[in-house]
Order: sequence, then structure tokens, then C-alpha cells
Amino acid sequence: MLMRNLDASLLELVRRTSAELPEDIKRVIDQSLQREKRGSVAWNTLSIIEKNIQLAKERSLPICQDTGTCLFYIDCPVGLDQIAFAQSDRAAIKEATVNGDLRQKSVYSLTGKNSGTNLGPGAPVFHFRQHASSELKVSLMLKGGGCENVGQQYSLPMESLQANRDLEGCRKVILDSVLKAQGRGCGPGVLGVCIGGDRATGYEHSKEQLLRKLDDTNPNPQLAEMEERILQEANQMGIGAMGYGGEVTLLGVKIGALNRLPASYFVSVSYMCWAFRRLGISLNDNGEIQSWLY
Amino acid sequence: MIQLEAPFTEEKIRALKQGDEVEITGVLFTGRDAAHKYLHEGGALPDGMSLQDKIIYHCGPVVIKDEEGNWKVVAAGPTTSAREEPYQGDIIKQFGLRAVIGKGGMGERTLKACKEFGCVYLHAVGGAAQVLSTHIQRVKNVYFLEEFGSPEAMWELEVVKFPVLVTMDSHGHSLHKEILEASTNEFNRLVK
Repeated sequence: MLMRNLDASLLELVRRTSAELPEDIKRVIDQSLQREKRGSVAWNTLSIIEKNIQLAKERSLPICQDTGTCLFYIDCPVGLDQIAFAQSDRAAIKEATVNGDLRQKSVYSLTGKNSGTNLGPGAPVFHFRQHASSELKVSLMLKGGGCENVGQQYSLPMESLQANRDLEGCRKVILDSVLKAQGRGCGPGVLGVCIGGDRATGYEHSKEQLLRKLDDTNPNPQLAEMEERILQEANQMGIGAMGYGGEVTLLGVKIGALNRLPASYFVSVSYMCWAFRRLGISLNDNGEIQSWLY
Repeated sequence: MIQLEAPFTEEKIRALKQGDEVEITGVLFTGRDAAHKYLHEGGALPDGMSLQDKIIYHCGPVVIKDEEGNWKVVAAGPTTSAREEPYQGDIIKQFGLRAVIGKGGMGERTLKACKEFGCVYLHAVGGAAQVLSTHIQRVKNVYFLEEFGSPEAMWELEVVKFPVLVTMDSHGHSLHKEILEASTNEFNRLVK
């Protein structure tokens, strides 16, 4: 039997994730606004974005009308009934959709018919990760279609960019993904990157990088340096908020690495828009929210 | 900030330049994939509805009925315009549109039609569903609701000071092209 208050807690997680941005993201958007020239197009655009974030929170309405893909990341102790837990998550998504906290955004691929509930094959997405602790943590990310469409996966070497199978080659293709995205991913955005893995785990791990707080430091010094450098160089490209031009093209870059086969060298990039909806909760034994993770 | 108020005339539209920040007051029609495909295939507009000198907004709004039975727009951000590129130029020509609002910009055919027929592409901030909905005063009418369903229907909306940026003007200039060129140059320098 699952925890008594779980349903209410999950519903609150979904509602808040749709209506409120996490503090780490808001802080960097605020800093970005300070970096743009007052009264410039970029400044005005970021001001509209800030106002939108504020209004959505006040009214408890979706920040963006594209609910996007609902991705659950669940860190659970050994022994959690994952089947029942996933069912509770689905119920929360469905109820939040009925309540208007989520828009109806899940369609059957072959017919184009909207399920009306945001549920269906592969929706929502679940990642259960067992850990050797009694803590139960649930994070939810809502990732819109505009930014999902500008993600890229590269296979190195890539002759056209003279990108070899080394960190310099990775830097080139990651910057290429920023160039290709222009403002279409609703920038300024955040890059989640995975070096290595196979085609599926590469993308998966690149999205997991987006669970990291923007102000954390990568434990791998090489990757930490690369994150800093790419952030700075991407901003030099001057694409700016919504691609209108400006000082701030990206809010952050997060890079991870997985083992690969000797024959493969993938670099997978997931772009997350400024409407970076990602919150998480830690639950107690009764299923009550003990703390918020972001 | 330039105020663009109805009636939208060719003269007012020709005066706009790429990079101008504009606030629109007047009437907009939403239209996305179903509407563009329908109009492009020669579909007719209902009696009494005209797009001549009007604005089309690439948007699938979330509209609810309040207790008194009035329509109310609760979220109305732009959707990606590139999907309408195969249709937009012809629709500008055939129906006499003066402006297209969306996000992400459009291609050469639309830019050419803007120049030839006196139309502009206006960019709204993507994802800003709440701010943009506060500028929508009321729903005046809705067309094709049965045929296309709510998000795809053509909603006639009265807006006040609706904020947009001219990214493609009627003189052949595109901010999207300019930013792409400038960022490509910087990219080439960075990866050399």
C-alpha cells in the first residue's frame, strides 16, 4: 500500500511545476536582464519574460501554453512498488490536466488524436532510479516542443566542422547546436549535453543534466571548464533572447559523459527553453511533502 | 514603442522597419495549421468575414467559457511559424493580409510576399502565454470552431497594446537572416 497523502503531494508537484520556475533559473534570468542594455530589444524581451514568470505564479496558471513532455525522475529506496507509484503519477497528470494546470498536449502519433489527458504510450516519461537510501524524491520536468525540436545529436568525427573525437571536437559541435537553434528554442536557454553513450542513452543523459542546479559545479574539472567556456562563447555569438540579438544567448551549460563503444562517439544536446519548468519534492513515509528540491 | 492601431493600412505597414517594437491595438485572427492549409487549398471564408488589411496570429489559444457563457482567453502565446511557410505567401497575396504574428520567423517566400504586397512579420515572445493573454480584451467571434476544433479555429480577438517586434519588414529585411549571418561569422571565428 502506498502512502496516504501521496496523491495530493504529486498533484501539488505538477501544479507548481507548471506555474512556477525554480529559484536557480529565475536568479539567472534576473542576472541576464541586468546584463542587457536598459531599453534595448533584448532588455524589453527579458522584461516580458520576467513579467510572465511573475504573472503565472500569481495566477497559478501555466507559464507556457505548451505543457510539453512530462518527465518524471524518481529516486527511490529498494522495495518501492514502482508500478503503483507510476499509476499515482499518471493520476496526478490526468487530474492536473482536468484542473487546467496542464494543457492537453499528448496526441497519438499515427492518428493525431489528442488523448485529452496527457496520458498514452510513453506519456508521461518515467525514470526510476533505485538508491541505497530510504529517501524518496520525485522530480518533474515539463519540456516544450519548441526547445525539444532544436536538440541535436552528432556523431564524431564530423568533417564539415573538422570536429574530431576529442573535447575540442565536442566544443565545436555543441556550439554548432547553438548556432542551429538560433532563437527557435525560446532562448535564452540551457544546454544539457552528454558526451558518449549510445544514441538513446546519450539523449537521455543529456536531459538528466538539466536536473542539475544552474549554479552547481561539475565534479569533473575538465567538463566544468568546458561548461564555462561554451557558455561564454555561445553568448559571444549574440543570438540573444528569442533570437532578436543580445548579450545573453544561453543561461547555462551542463555536460555529462557516459562510456561509449570504441566505434562510436556521440555528442547529444538537449536544449531547454527559458520556461524551464523543473521542480522536485522529497516525500516522508505518509507521502507528505517534506521539502522542495529546487 | 510604435503604436499600430486599426485600421491597418498599407501605408502604416510600409512605414515599419525591421527591429521596430510595436504595440498593436485592434483585431487579430488566430490561425494555425488547419486554417492555413484550408485557405491555401482554395477554401472560402464565411460570409461577413474578411482578412483584407487584417492580421493573422499563429496561435492556438486556450479559450474557456465563463459563468455567463462568454468566451475568455486564458493563454495565448505564439506557435512556430515555419510550419506555415508553404502557404503564407499565397495567403498574404490572396486575402490581403497586412501582418502575420508568430515566433521563430519565416522564410524567403513569405519575405518576398511581404515586400510585394505590403505585409510584415511580427514576432511575439515565445512562451509568454500569460503576459500576452492580458493584452487580449475580448473574443469578438470565432470561425471554423466545429470544423477545426478549438485551438485550430480562427478566433477573432480584440487586443490592446499587444507587444511584438518587427522581424521581417515590407522592404526585404529580415532580422532572422541578419542574426543568423552575424552569429555564423562569430561561430566560424570560434571554431577555426
